[in-house]
Amino acid sequence: MIPAPFDYVRPADLDEALRILTEREGEAKLLAGGYSLIPLLKLRLAQPGLLVDLRDVAGLDGILWTDDSLRIGGRVTHRRIRDDEGIAARMAVFHDAAGLIGDPQVRNRGTIGGSCAHADPSSDWPAVLCATRATIVCRSAAGSRSVAARQFFLGTFQTAIEPTEVLVEIAVPLPKGRAGSAYRKLERRAGDFATVGVAVQLRLGDDGRIAEAGVGLTAVGEAPFAATDAEAALTGAEPGEAAFQAAGEAAAAQSDPADDSHGPADYKRAMVAEMTVRALRAAAERSTTPQGGPQ
Amino acid sequence: MSTQHVALTVNGEAREADVEPRFLLVHLLRDVFGLTGTHIGCDTSNCGACTVHVDGESVKSCTMLAVQADGAEIRTIEGMADGAALHPLQQAFWDQHGLQCGFCTPGMIMQAAWLLDQNPTPSEHEIREGISGNLCRCTGYVNIVKAIQQASGQLETGESAPVEAAETIEAAPAS
Repeated sequence: MIPAPFDYVRPADLDEALRILTEREGEAKLLAGGYSLIPLLKLRLAQPGLLVDLRDVAGLDGILWTDDSLRIGGRVTHRRIRDDEGIAARMAVFHDAAGLIGDPQVRNRGTIGGSCAHADPSSDWPAVLCATRATIVCRSAAGSRSVAARQFFLGTFQTAIEPTEVLVEIAVPLPKGRAGSAYRKLERRAGDFATVGVAVQLRLGDDGRIAEAGVGLTAVGEAPFAATDAEAALTGAEPGEAAFQAAGEAAAAQSDPADDSHGPADYKRAMVAEMTVRALRAAAERSTTPQGGPQ
Repeated sequence: MSTQHVALTVNGEAREADVEPRFLLVHLLRDVFGLTGTHIGCDTSNCGACTVHVDGESVKSCTMLAVQADGAEIRTIEGMADGAALHPLQQAFWDQHGLQCGFCTPGMIMQAAWLLDQNPTPSEHEIREGISGNLCRCTGYVNIVKAIQQASGQLETGESAPVEAAETIEAAPAS
């Protein structure tokens, strides 16, 4: 399969990339790893007039820690996130999800920013960003703005990013105190898009109860979303089976899956409940370590 | 449609071409450079038959534009053997009968080579996970896994699966 013709440029820096996006607004598409975009080009579902390759643009591939946040550059590959020991120890939900995306070759090339901007409704990162209450930093020639992940994913392949913006960074707030997180994905075959994906984060208060909960779901709606009813069911509860089962049922009730080749909607709803419980168990177990890492 | 000039290194040799931006890396390797060892299987980045190394990372060359590889170092299956001497992975696939039709083999060997670069002594589980982006429709993967174990020094070279299978068949009573 051969894509339709397009022009191709490789700007030297972000300013040049932003200028091109402004000049060719609506016509240009950004290219990072290409593992979301090139399949669409080959199927001719996307036919942009111009591809702007971010390969030479510096400043998009950092993994940085501040006192209260983890900041991941838009062009960081899934593999680098998977291999990052700090992320494995402190934000395990990112480690979990990165290892479940596609296959090794896809993880070598595909990027977190590209995946989020592409916004496949079954992709893994959006659920993680919703659960961890991350923000997405978008830059245009006019300046930067931060969009909460929960407001960023609008629909199937639709996000809040403007055609003149580059997704430069994902900022993840670090939970204070005892916390744990996990991602659990049901897939038909290794490397498939999720049938159901559930990302969770729990922060425990001094009394051992759940002080704050984040639950993000993927593949069971037009866009990934935060299962706010499940979060409400968890907040203030003792971390344990009763609360986890209640949260699973709330997440299932809030999901709106479609019947498709992955299974009928009622099956998927049942799987949302089960995968939510499994993710919560893992997150609770991890929250017993001081930094929220795997045991 | 305008073309772009790309200059890259393929198996240690400097190569150049003028290509349309929409031209895929796998077509550059096969149709322009004549390196047809890299196969096109599914053409949708599922099967891994087109796996090559780009700057040391395994990638699916059906899902990469040739212009993205400008300036890169590429390694394909043709770059594995040292003259007449097979690469240890090629020898191991031979010894362990890690192929039947052979279509997936170039991609499988390139992915295995990347895996062993990352992890010289992978467990069986790590091998299976490492080749999870490469589909084989003949072997059932058992002998492929054995071949990678042999190449990583975790299996004796003489421990050949096909020989054991042949003995089993001979020992079976004639029906």
